[in-house]
Order: sequence, then C-alpha cells, then structure tokens
Amino acid sequence: MLKDITLGQYFPGDTVIHRLDPRTKLLMVIIYIVALFLCKWFVSYAVALLFLVTAVALSKIRPKALFKGLKPLLIIIIFTAVLNLFYTDGTVLVKFWIFQITREGIINAVFLVLRIMLLVMGTFLLTYTTSPIALTDGLESLLSPLKKLHFPVHELAMMMSIALRFIPTLIEETDKIISAQKARGADFETGNIFRRAKALIPILVPLFVSAFRRADELATAMECRCYHGGKGRTKLKQLRYRRRDVLTLLLGAALLSGVIVMRHFGL
Amino acid sequence: MSAIIEVQNLCHTYSVGTPFEHAAVKHISFSVEKGEFLGLIGHTGSGKSTLIQHLNGLLKPTEGDILLGGESIWKDKETTRAARFRVGLVFQYPEYQLFEETVYKDVAFGPKNMGLKEEEIRDRVLRAIGFVGLDASVLDKSPFDLSGGQKRRVAIAGVIAMEPEIVIFDEPTAGLDPAGCASLLENIRAYQASTQATVIMVSHSMDEVAALADRLLVMNEGSVEMLGTPKEVFSHAERLCEIGLAVPQITSLFLRLRELGIPVDPATYTVADALRQLLLLKGGKADA
Amino acid sequence: MSVAVKIADLHFSYAAQTEGKPLKVFDGLDLTIAAGSFVAVLGHNGCGKSTLAKHLNAILLPEGGSVSVFGMDTKDEALLLNIRRTVGMVFQNPDNQMVANVVEEDVAFAPENLGVPSEEIRQRVDDALKAVGMYEYRKHAPHLLSGGQKQRVAIAGVIAMQPQCIVLDEPTAMLDPHGREEVIRTIERLNKEKGITVVLITHHMTEAIRADRVIVMDEGKILIDGTPKEVFTQVELLRGAGLSVPATTQLLYELNKAGCKLPPDALSTEECAQALYAMLKA
Repeated sequence: MLKDITLGQYFPGDTVIHRLDPRTKLLMVIIYIVALFLCKWFVSYAVALLFLVTAVALSKIRPKALFKGLKPLLIIIIFTAVLNLFYTDGTVLVKFWIFQITREGIINAVFLVLRIMLLVMGTFLLTYTTSPIALTDGLESLLSPLKKLHFPVHELAMMMSIALRFIPTLIEETDKIISAQKARGADFETGNIFRRAKALIPILVPLFVSAFRRADELATAMECRCYHGGKGRTKLKQLRYRRRDVLTLLLGAALLSGVIVMRHFGL
Repeated sequence: MSAIIEVQNLCHTYSVGTPFEHAAVKHISFSVEKGEFLGLIGHTGSGKSTLIQHLNGLLKPTEGDILLGGESIWKDKETTRAARFRVGLVFQYPEYQLFEETVYKDVAFGPKNMGLKEEEIRDRVLRAIGFVGLDASVLDKSPFDLSGGQKRRVAIAGVIAMEPEIVIFDEPTAGLDPAGCASLLENIRAYQASTQATVIMVSHSMDEVAALADRLLVMNEGSVEMLGTPKEVFSHAERLCEIGLAVPQITSLFLRLRELGIPVDPATYTVADALRQLLLLKGGKADA
Repeated sequence: MSVAVKIADLHFSYAAQTEGKPLKVFDGLDLTIAAGSFVAVLGHNGCGKSTLAKHLNAILLPEGGSVSVFGMDTKDEALLLNIRRTVGMVFQNPDNQMVANVVEEDVAFAPENLGVPSEEIRQRVDDALKAVGMYEYRKHAPHLLSGGQKQRVAIAGVIAMQPQCIVLDEPTAMLDPHGREEVIRTIERLNKEKGITVVLITHHMTEAIRADRVIVMDEGKILIDGTPKEVFTQVELLRGAGLSVPATTQLLYELNKAGCKLPPDALSTEECAQALYAMLKA
C-alpha cells in the first residue's frame, strides 16, 4: 500500500530545462518566486504566467502532472481565497448578514489564487525536471559560501542524499513489518485514536531498531570507502555553468526587473 | 487425509491499471493435506512470497479463492481475521519484527491479539519457546540482547504460540550458519511431529526441503511447474535446471553417474539413500 | 611471493556491553596471506571471522600484536586512508552499504572521497562497473536491482578505489543461489584477471571450494589451514567446528568408512562421479 506513494517525483528527460545546471534552476525558481510577490496587476501576472508556460512547454512535462501537484493544496487555496473574498475592505458589491463582498476582495482573491498556483507549479517544475542528486549538489554548491561561517553545508547535503537513498528502502521495510505484525493478528483499523496510536508501536519499534542498525552499518561501510568528511572531496559530475545557463539567468534578471518596472507603473 | 487448504484458480496482479502492472501469480490451483509437510521452491520473483501471503489472507486474490477447511477465507470479515490465526506465517528474517521489552511479551503478542486468557497465553508462550529450542530463562530478557539465531527463534515462537493449524516458514534458515540451520530445521521437524500441524516451507535450498518435505511444489513465473514427492520432482532434474533451480548435489551426481552408464536412480537426493544404492551396486559386483 | 596481510600475535576483545567480562576474541592469532591469493575463511557464527575482517582495514585496531597490510601497520594513523584504499571491504547486506540513489554515483563515492579528479573518476567508475558486469545499469536506482546485482555494485564501489585486496564479509548470505553464483564468479574473475587478493568470509562450503586456500576458524583460533582438498577431507574436525561438508564429500567419506577405497578429496561433482565410476567398473 505504501509503495503507491510517488517519491522525488523526478521525471527523467533530455530537454533544455532538464539539462540546465541545477544551480541555475534553483536560482531561477527563487527569482520567479520573488517576482511573483512583486506582481501588482494582471499585466505582470500575465508575464509570470507566460514565463511558466514557456518553461513547461520546453520541459515537455505534461501540464496534467503539474495540476495534480496542486490537488493536496486545494483546500488551502480555497480557504485563503474565501477569507480574502469576504474580509477585504473597499467598494461593497454584495452584502448579506455579516458578509460582504467587495470589488477589492474579488481582485485580491483572484490574485492570491493565481500567486499560489503559479508558485506551486513553478517549484514542482523544478523537482520534476531535476534529479534529487542534482538538486542536492546544486544546493550544496550554492550554499558553499556559508562554509566560511562554519555552516555544515557538506554534511547537510550528504544527509539529504542519504535520506533520499534510504526512503524507498525504509518504505519497503515498513510494508514488510506491517504484514508481519498483521500475520500475528495486529489490528490497525479499528478502535479509537488512542488504540490506533498504540497499535503503531509494533511497527515503529522494529522500524527504528532497523534504521539504527542500517545507520551503523552504513557508517562503517562509508568509512571503509575512505569517507572523511567534505574536505578534499571531488565530484563525479562537476557542476559547470554553460551558455544556456547564462542566457537563462539573464532572462530571469529581465523578468525580475520587468516586474519591478511594471510594479512602479501599477501594472 | 483431507485437504486443509485449497487454492482455487488463484491470480494476483500488482498495481492494476498503472504502468507497473504485473501478474505475480497466475491461475494457481492446488491443495495441501492436513498434517503434510510441503516444500515450496522457486527462484526469486517466481511468485512464492505473493502466494504465501494469500494463504492467511494478507493479500486479497485478484481472481480465484482460498478455502480453509472447506470455507472461503474471504466469506466475511471475521473469517478473514480468523484465518490469520489459523494460518501462521513466519516471514523471512522474522527477527526484524520483534518489538517488546521482554521475550515473553513479544511471544505473547499473537495470543493476546486472539483474545485468550492470561493463563492460556502463559501456557502457550512456554510451549512455543520450548518448541524453538530456547530455555525459559530467556523469557524475561530483552529480545534485542539475544544473538541473531536466538532472535529468530523468538520470532518463530511468536507465530507458533498462536497454535495455528498451518505454519508457513519463508526461508527460515536464511543467513544462519550450517550448525544453526541444522538445529532450526530439526526444531521445525520435531514441532510438526509432535503437533501434527501442517507445515509449508519456502526455501532456496533443495537439499534442505528435500530432506524434510512430503511433497514439493515448484513455482516458475507465477505458475505451478511441478507438484509431487521429492522423488517425483527430482526425476525431472533437467527441467529444474532449465528454470534456473539447482537440484540437490547428490541428484546431480547420480544424474552424471547414469550418463556414465551406471544403473542408479537419478531421483536420489539423500546421502543415506545414495550410500545404500552404491554399496548395493558394489556388493552386487563382488558377488558376481 | 609478496605478502598481502601479516598478522602477528593478534590480541583483541570487545568491551563489555552492560555487565560481565569483556568478550575475548583473539588470544594470539598469527596469519599470513600471500598477495594475489584467493583465501576463504570459514567458521560458525561468533568464531571471530568478522572481527578478523575488520582488522584488515583498520576499522578495528589490535589490542596486542600487530596487523600489517602490504607493509603498512594498521596502527599508523597517518596511513589510514592509504590502508583503506588498499584493502576494500564488502559487507553482508548490500542495502546498507550504498550511499547514493544512482548506481554510478554510488560507485563514484570512494574516488570522490579520495579527491580523484572528475575525469579520472568517470574512467574508474566505468571500468569498475564493466569489471562486475553492471555497466548497463549505471543510471539505475539501487533499490530496484536484485540482491546479486546490488552486491556487484557494492564490489564495483570498492574496485573504484583500485585496491590490491578485497575482503568480503559473508557477501552472499542474503542472496538466492543465482545471486550467489553471480557474486562468486565476479570475485573469481577479479582475482584471476586483475590479480586482486581476495579474502572471502563465508558459510557456504560450495563457495570455499573455489578458493586457493581455506582457513577454518573456531573460537578465535585457526583450526585447519590448507587447500580446499586438504580441508574438506577432515570431515570429523569440520563437524566439530559446527560446519557441514558438501554432500558429495560426505558420501565419499561414508563409502570409505564402509570399506571402499575412494579418493576422499574428489570435491567437484564431476571428480566424485569419475571416482565412483572407476570404483564400480573395476
């Protein structure tokens, strides 16, 4: 049952977007998010949307997959939209009992929904087109200036990639433990919340024990393979900015300054 | 003898409707007699694990049915739950499912879930711990302080304590050293002899199952390839090799001897039987 | 012939866990392994095999006596990385020794740690994967491979360090017969073709037979040491150490006990069949 969860959500491909340096993609997502928050009126939102649509089209990711990612957020989106709809002061259009809908409220709600949707879909595009390893490498490289401040950048990146490596293994293991305890008559489906929480003990204890055992063995194995921290480490795949990365970043700069200019003119 | 468990046209397909859809078990039918020791062989991915998880209702058949004592285990919710207790399933590396503070509590987990009385649980735990060859002094210890082999025995006791009519062992000796394997197999054999329980044992080792099983079920690509006594099965040694299974060493030795023109029975699989035949042949020669 | 491993008067015990005395494992062990040889170490669980293995690349250090590998004393901390890259180690559970979620990234882990330049890592990773026959799987996720394949990737991860010796601690214990054969064949090839010294710790007699030299351990001591033929004919001694012998060897042993005159060291099925044939035709 747990196997059905899709993890990492990376869709391998060989498009321009896939081939971009992960750092470029990370930076672009940050620029894009900042730009979204600076958007003031429909014109700038349209520009951001155009930007996203172009990227999606280039990546050959099916838009359906992106919309699917929005589903779990639907409730939050609706909730904030409704809140904005009713609780914004301004020109009253409709009024009943304690509720009032204003022109500004509608506009705010629309902008908010647009903003969340564009934001989520943009970040999903990043994870859909970048392998978790590339993403970790990119983060490590972008954050490397922080090493001077004794911030454990390499260690964090290593932890992330090991976590990614072991998630499928632990899910498989959880599945096995659940089956084994069910075979001994464990019941996870009935009873009140406390009973159900207690029923998790036979799953969680073996899972933790096993995770610690794995961690211990992995640590020894890593030592055997000469791991001694991030110092003096090289990489199989060295990150390198290419022409397409420079062009993409220039495009990002253009987007950002464009939005700022439009903001100035109230667009 | 009567059939205790009947598998009727069983099919199981994983991830139906996704690109990962695949049929692990295809139209399997067979029955297991009461008190029988059935060996289940097949290479990794042949559908063994999927099959055994159907026998106690952990997996629901995509098609077909499982009858336990003549009644479908999917008749209603209670029957399905009861099947968990009537068919005990010992998973591979069962020591990884231990979780209680003491060995006693862990072994008692199954019987407790059955809703038994305290005294009855105590009796069963003591009996089970004896069957797996452990001393009652381990009962108050933490299962995590035991050796690997002892942990496995505790986990097996946890299933046996439910006193199921059928016990299924999925590679019970995996990872044990030769002495550990031999003594655990002896425990399983003695358990069956004294309780008359039906035992199904999955194994990679032909030598292991051949020595214990009344009948062998050979699976290949989700279907039953052969079902019969070890002698019957090993008489198809070439076919076994074809589907990537190793025959017992003695069987391959006797196959080779036959090729060399010595009139031996190629379906021989134990050292004792081989010894008897060879001495007879040699003796016969001396007489002539 | 040059020496790969030299253990002299090794003493070692594990610190006491909660109560009781420390657990003594070695009390004066001596062992020399020649470079380029294929040595199998047998023994029941808890006989000290794994502890021995961990001494060979300085995961554990001797309490008394010394362990040196290719002339390097494992106690010399300055040589630590050098020792670990010279003596690679493969463990029982393939899942717990993989770091990355792409095969080639995992194989690259050790050379990355050693600071090898990128282009050379690429070359080493490709060579290592080809050596274990897993090159086509270089872009795969490890958790989707079979047990035997995972273990071969783990071996490749060690080979990428270009070691002179590989120590394998029960590498086939969790595998099915097919995976077992894959791994043993890979090890054999590395030994024969690349001249890498192999120390294989195992329970499986059928695997030990393929080594040049078999060492049987019991209670931290060397019980028998010799060629497979010399070792497996000592049926009683092996049984006493909690080990079994291959079925064919046992058959020959029983036949000889019954008065037949058969060569007790016919280890392979073919040798055994020929010996029996000769006896019956005589």
